[in-house]
Amino acid sequence: MSLFKIFNVSGSAVSAQSQRLNVVSSNLANADSVAGPDGKPYKARHVLFQTQLMDADQTAAGVRVASVIEDSAAPRRMHDPEHPLADEDGYVTMSNVNVVEEMVNMISASRSYQTNIDVMNTAKNLLQKTLQMGS
Amino acid sequence: MIGSHRKNFRDPAKFLADNRQPTMIDRLTQTLDFNAQALLLRAERTRVLASNMANADTPNYKARDIDFRAALQNATGVQMNGGGVAGTAGAPVAPFRTAAGHLTATGGSPGHPALLYRTPLQASLDANTVDLDMERAAFADNTLRYEAGLRFINGQIRTLMTAINGQS
Repeated sequence: MSLFKIFNVSGSAVSAQSQRLNVVSSNLANADSVAGPDGKPYKARHVLFQTQLMDADQTAAGVRVASVIEDSAAPRRMHDPEHPLADEDGYVTMSNVNVVEEMVNMISASRSYQTNIDVMNTAKNLLQKTLQMGS
Repeated sequence: MIGSHRKNFRDPAKFLADNRQPTMIDRLTQTLDFNAQALLLRAERTRVLASNMANADTPNYKARDIDFRAALQNATGVQMNGGGVAGTAGAPVAPFRTAAGHLTATGGSPGHPALLYRTPLQASLDANTVDLDMERAAFADNTLRYEAGLRFINGQIRTLMTAINGQS
């Protein structure tokens, strides 16, 4: 029964989107963190989605997180000579997280999550109705 | 069950000529065959659309769909005129298959309809061609038609049951 595969497909998407949401939350949490004792600031992370075929005939294509990459953008530098971690020029190095980008990412991830949950609910309803066929 | 009846459905006259005495149960289930095929294809399409929605954020993913009219014609051998089954544009003229083993021009076989690619309305920068709104609409449409197919089958079964039991 091909409707059962939908749970695999949408389930993989839900799990991938929740991982994306996880990454967004850690980015937002570290948006204002400054460089630690090693001098390296937090780098924003992004998930990389990849299609994952569920069977040979390619009609069921799920999704998986292929890897989590670090953003290569330059870290944000703020002039604050009073800051205990400021360098000799008076600059504090902060993470390269773009808060606006992360918020957009969050909304997009939650919308996709909802859509895939809806798909699973619909598939469940269809299967239930199919089971009651002829009664 | 369905597979064994499909051939009979394709040409009832030839079937009757070949087999002088068709079994009673064949006659009863023949009417259900068309809707059963349609239902299977609807389930297949549901899966393809679910895959599209799952990959809405995957770079380089190309949205896919099946030509429902062509797939149903392929599966049942029944020629449909315009307006018979909605949801597909006018199908181009395709070569006829004269034997069951022949492949279709688009590469599908009766059990596995050919997967086509969607033409993107608005190209996106990551080369993904999924339009989530369109997919949702197609999914809702497909769900409704699946339920309609179920209703048709249920109606046919009820008709058969009435014929068997009488108006008791």
